Amino acid sequence: METHRNQFVQLEKAILNPQLWVKNYADYLYNYAYTRLNDDEMARDLVQETFLAALEKTEKFEGRSSERTWLTAILKNKVIDVYRKKSSGLGNSFEKTLSDTDQFEFFDSQNGHWKAEDQPKTFGLEEYDLLGKKELSHILQKCLKKLPGLWLAVFTMKHMDDLASETICSQLNVTDSNFWVIMHRTKVNLRACLQKNWL
Amino acid sequence: MQELSKNRLKQISYNCRQATFLIEKKQTSKITLREQFALKFHLAGCSVCRIYLKQSLTINRMVKNLFYGNEPSDLTLDDHFKQNLQERIDQYLDRK
Repeated sequence: METHRNQFVQLEKAILNPQLWVKNYADYLYNYAYTRLNDDEMARDLVQETFLAALEKTEKFEGRSSERTWLTAILKNKVIDVYRKKSSGLGNSFEKTLSDTDQFEFFDSQNGHWKAEDQPKTFGLEEYDLLGKKELSHILQKCLKKLPGLWLAVFTMKHMDDLASETICSQLNVTDSNFWVIMHRTKVNLRACLQKNWL
Repeated sequence: MQELSKNRLKQISYNCRQATFLIEKKQTSKITLREQFALKFHLAGCSVCRIYLKQSLTINRMVKNLFYGNEPSDLTLDDHFKQNLQERIDQYLDRK
């Protein structure tokens, strides 16, 4: 029994094959970076940096995760570094983006009701049945692109990476209450953008 | 105190901005019992926010699918870039 288990573990243990990285993972990693940064050049740079960084630490690879998971983890940290630089490097740009949209135009500032022209309407986004709705996800990508950098960072770390809210707050230096404000505004904005471009 | 929270409750119950905020918060975190009640009450009477709720959940899944979706993406690196990258890796491996 014990031997059997050991054999299993042995079989599962991944090994590194750097010669095949570009062929096997370059596009995958590029997609990973691009969907999170919406910046082509930066995504390319990070893919390259990831491979080079990985080569430097091949001996640290323990084979407990797959090669792809390992490379993705390296890239993920690089993406977070970019987010972090963006949020600190631009000084208080975050506060600025918040106050710029202070009106939060979708709701009446007095009573908080939807403004008539911004009310959500049904347009097929109510059910998750997106077969044949590839266009909709293209629109979504365009809408994501319009978001302020920090909003995109917070939103994708939560909804793509499933990171804990506390982790996101501490890594991006965002307060808990701002975190929720950003999550809310991002979604309301995205939804409105989808509706506007779909109908 | 009692009065205050009643007012607060009323505020949320009739306020779409607050309701959508709670909808978002509830998806990834916990909201208080009072908030849950207020939200339920609001949704019972607000068809627009009911649409919002459904669409919001779909957006979450779409965002996940953007990257984790199984359909092959049309986002790929060009061959020239890949070739350069491959050469750099080969060089590194040769040096070792």
